Amino acid sequence: MRKWTILKAAVAGLAFYGAMATASYAADIVGLITKTEGNPFFVKMREGAQAKAKELGLTLQTFAGKFDGDNDSQVAAIENLISAGAKGFAIVPSDSSAIVPTIKKARDAGLLVIVLDTPLDPIDAADATFATDNFKAGELIGEWAKGTLGDKASSAKIAFLDLATNQPTVDYLRDQGFMKGFGIDIKDPKKYGDEDDARICGHEMTGGAEDGGRTAMETLLQKCPDVSVMYTINEPAAAGGYQALKAAGKDDGSVLVVSIDGGCPGVKNVAAGVIGATSQQYPLKMAAMAMEAIEKFAKTGEKPKPTPGKEFFDTGATLITDKPVNGVESIDSKKGAELCWG
Amino acid sequence: MSDDATGSVSAERGLHGSDQSVASFDEDRGSVLKSIQRFLHEYPTAIPFIVLVIGILIFSVAAGGRFFAPFNLSLVLQQVTIIAFLGIAQTLVILTAGIDLSVGAMMVLSSIVMGRLTVTYGVPVELSFVLGLLTGLVCGLINGVLVAVIKLPPFIVTLGTWSVYGAMVIYVSHSETVRAQDIEAAGPLLQWLGHTIRLGGGAVLTYGAIAMILTALIIWYVLNRTAFGRHVYATGDDDEAARLAGINTRGVFIAVYTLAGFICAVAAWALIGRIGAASPLGNQTANLDAITAVVIGGTSLFGGRGSIVGTLFGALIVGVFRNGLALAGVDSLWQEFTVGILIILAVTIDQWIRKISA
Repeated sequence: MRKWTILKAAVAGLAFYGAMATASYAADIVGLITKTEGNPFFVKMREGAQAKAKELGLTLQTFAGKFDGDNDSQVAAIENLISAGAKGFAIVPSDSSAIVPTIKKARDAGLLVIVLDTPLDPIDAADATFATDNFKAGELIGEWAKGTLGDKASSAKIAFLDLATNQPTVDYLRDQGFMKGFGIDIKDPKKYGDEDDARICGHEMTGGAEDGGRTAMETLLQKCPDVSVMYTINEPAAAGGYQALKAAGKDDGSVLVVSIDGGCPGVKNVAAGVIGATSQQYPLKMAAMAMEAIEKFAKTGEKPKPTPGKEFFDTGATLITDKPVNGVESIDSKKGAELCWG
Repeated sequence: MSDDATGSVSAERGLHGSDQSVASFDEDRGSVLKSIQRFLHEYPTAIPFIVLVIGILIFSVAAGGRFFAPFNLSLVLQQVTIIAFLGIAQTLVILTAGIDLSVGAMMVLSSIVMGRLTVTYGVPVELSFVLGLLTGLVCGLINGVLVAVIKLPPFIVTLGTWSVYGAMVIYVSHSETVRAQDIEAAGPLLQWLGHTIRLGGGAVLTYGAIAMILTALIIWYVLNRTAFGRHVYATGDDDEAARLAGINTRGVFIAVYTLAGFICAVAAWALIGRIGAASPLGNQTANLDAITAVVIGGTSLFGGRGSIVGTLFGALIVGVFRNGLALAGVDSLWQEFTVGILIILAVTIDQWIRKISA
């Protein structure tokens, strides 16, 4: 019996301590879950969230998967946040469908879930989505390439340096956006590779990195030695592809290079003439806005609303180029460098 | 050799103990297969060489003139340079019946150390180059000590150091790429292996590819013409027997893992030459690609049998199939598919060849 009394006293003591802790450090817990640690885009996102959480007096817990596509780690992170009593969290899903049941669990537990960058499938499985309009980002560079080529656009040869064979949302949205902007019939907008436009030289995968970009472009140069446009999923792939162009003696401006991301190394490459134009996105802003939204929800219960006419809140994409084209809004690399990340 | 002798003795015994005609039929069929088996046992590079030649023939027809052009064939060599480098390192380790899952991470870490010290911290390029090479060497030494002295299974050790070195990549690089133009300005030495020599017919060789072939030749010489090389094979075949025969197997293990780490650092140099930049993002599965090259190249995952030349062919086979299928207009999905089939075939053949000594 005495044992039980001691145990009860201990439990009561712990409960009291817990109550005291909550009362004196009443900071709300929020979470940020990114795909990986090893990508500057997510590093910037974390920095943006940390700064904003500090400003708002929130306690931020951050998590990341081990690799792009690591769903398990993200599931565990969400479970940890639920049991920690978080008010809500922002997540960049590694697998936009597989994470949905766990997100439902969190929302049922009363947490506000904001998805960043990569929309869920279905998109309304989250309370809100803050993202770059990747299709629009692709469209901007497509329009720019078309405008820059002028009459030659009809006889262009385009090499596509894509992300991965499984065509994640961001991959097909950017690719198909570019095609639309360039004036290619995209058929099914949810996948690339089904087009029959003769201007398409081919699609090769890069993994979104330099080494993949170089190998992919070498292969496409073999297929189409007369290539005139190089579309790239992101700026590391563009930098790798450029090395292949350089090795083939095609770094003289005869091949237009377009990309998406707007990271600082990428913007520098625009200034250096390696990349003709890139669409810039804003990870710091996405994360900061998510922190604000969760704080507002914790205080008032109000949920963020999407951009009118869209299923998500568009955090914007801006075309960066030093050779502007009439009718396509853009800023130069100097201005881009002020806004860049990574 | 002694295994072969036992095999033929038991085959003869079987012959005496059974019906003569049936036995002679079995003997005939068996002897043809057995002699193929024995031939492959003696020349582990034969299969990868034959597959490589067949692959080149197939794609010369299927992908047309563009594939067989001297430039394209030399391009394949350029494209497999990095994986072949890691494959050479991996072969050494696998010959000792081990495995090194950390080769890709050691390479990326060494390249980040070279690039970041030079560009971000303004260290003289010669010094950061040496420190980069030392990084690979020390990483390899750590693997070797954990395997040989603390006697942990190589798979577990390098699974752990893969994570550790990978985390160091993120820590040292801050997840940022060191741009090609910055390296060109601050330390052109780091891109030196990216320079090219033009040969007749449009073929282009990079210094990196030449360095890779030289490395392969050196390691081939070490494995086949030095006592240390024979110790590596002996340790891989049966480390207990090797130890009893007076071989310092602990020293062999440490030397092999350290050498592998150093080769990865040289691969890092070639990697900067190839992509211009020092990137923390890429080559995340380079360790698996290296194992693929080793396995397709006919080196046994069970140790003691295989060759560097085979690994070179193994890397080239993967490169030829990827390039050939892409030029023939085949989706990259089916390129992966084909490489998978090649791996399974290679291991099947390995198992079959091993039966001769069973």
